[in-house]
Amino acid sequence: MERSINQIWTLFKKDLLLEIRQQYSFYGVVLYVGATIFVLFLAMDAPESRVWNGLFWVIQLFICINAVAKSFLQESHGRMLYYQSITSPQNFVLSKLLFNSLLMLVMSGLSLLLFILFLGNPVEKVVTFIGLVFLGGWGLSLVFTFLAAIAAKAQQNAAIMAIMGFPLIIPQLIMLMKISNSVFSQAGPAVGTTVMLLIVTNLLIIVLSIILFPFLWKD
Amino acid sequence: MERLILFPRAFPPYFCALNCFLINFFMKKNWWKILSVLLLLYTIIGGLLFEVPRVMILNETIRNLYFHVCMWFSMMILFTVSVVNAVKYLNKHDLKYDILSKQYATVGIVFGLLGYATGAIWASFTWADPNQTFVASFGAIAKDPKLIGAAIALLIYFAYLVLRGSIPDMDKKARIGAVYNIFAFAFLFPSIWIIPRLLESLHPGGEGNPALNPKDIDARMRMIFYPAILGWTLLGVWITSLKVRMAILNEKKLLHS
Repeated sequence: MERSINQIWTLFKKDLLLEIRQQYSFYGVVLYVGATIFVLFLAMDAPESRVWNGLFWVIQLFICINAVAKSFLQESHGRMLYYQSITSPQNFVLSKLLFNSLLMLVMSGLSLLLFILFLGNPVEKVVTFIGLVFLGGWGLSLVFTFLAAIAAKAQQNAAIMAIMGFPLIIPQLIMLMKISNSVFSQAGPAVGTTVMLLIVTNLLIIVLSIILFPFLWKD
Repeated sequence: MERLILFPRAFPPYFCALNCFLINFFMKKNWWKILSVLLLLYTIIGGLLFEVPRVMILNETIRNLYFHVCMWFSMMILFTVSVVNAVKYLNKHDLKYDILSKQYATVGIVFGLLGYATGAIWASFTWADPNQTFVASFGAIAKDPKLIGAAIALLIYFAYLVLRGSIPDMDKKARIGAVYNIFAFAFLFPSIWIIPRLLESLHPGGEGNPALNPKDIDARMRMIFYPAILGWTLLGVWITSLKVRMAILNEKKLLHS
């Protein structure tokens, strides 16, 4: 147990270090976030709350695809062989999930900040909404991390990831949009059940990744 | 049974037909195919002719229950069989299970499309506003959560076929396809069974499961509805078994050429 936690931590640190060393990919995503939201700002300043909500989650989806897609594609064949000799598939996929969750949390926070700066702030319950943004970003990153693993094995570009991912992510997005509609007024309905459902979905994705990733791991 | 096959030609044709039927029924294990045909005949004849309860708005369109709802039942059953075969493939690494898994998914998609077609006929008589244009009614109906859930299910399996098509290597295709199939099935469940119940909908079945709840369906209709589900599902399995045999023959041709 302790050994696998150590391994996960080391792999996670490796990814973090790579991200810091090769800054172009991180700043590439940041630029993507900034540019998209700026274009939205030019197209429509201060949209009404329903539109704001819809735009926000769609942008989250695209940011997630861009941020997470490279996580497995950047690993060359030789490097994968090396990982296979030093660690187990479960530890490897867990470290990837952890790293991508962190990356997506940063990006979600950043895009929320930019949204509020550029497109106005229709949110009344700010703390609840920040919680929802992080929960949603986490869920998106988990799904797309596993799909990136599949796409990398299929030796395909990001297009196949979008084809596989959109149908899978729609239920989560519907739930997120539905509950985040309630933060735009103080007297919104309670969101407890749906939040629980989202958390359960996320845990399910982690469990499925741990079970299914070993089959993708070796040729 | 041996003697049945050896009847001389002098017997009248109807006797030969009976003979053929008996051989098929007992010896070739084809009884379920015959059962499927009989059940479907019963469904079509009984479904169109038997008494149904008079319900406002629905009127005679209520008979569509025997076709529309059964399509979705069959689709879910076929997709479930597909995912079971995917699990078996990952366990045993036998390409036979991969072929089964793919063909069940394909036939499941066909049943889903038929479910949409029958649903569209039903909706045009019950939901569509006759005073509006087709496009306006379509926009209003297409937003229904049940329809979205079913669309997600079909999109997932279309993506499954696209993914499979994009990988040339046979074993790799089978393995990655199976992994995606299992992963996607975990999402199929919330999108069909949970999300539509959270959102308001015109479609019946917001609370519980109306198709299986005896209180919601008239006893006369249940007499046809349950056999109809079985009949359509058996038909789906039959079509799949033919497709599987064809796929296996194709594989053999590939291997030996």
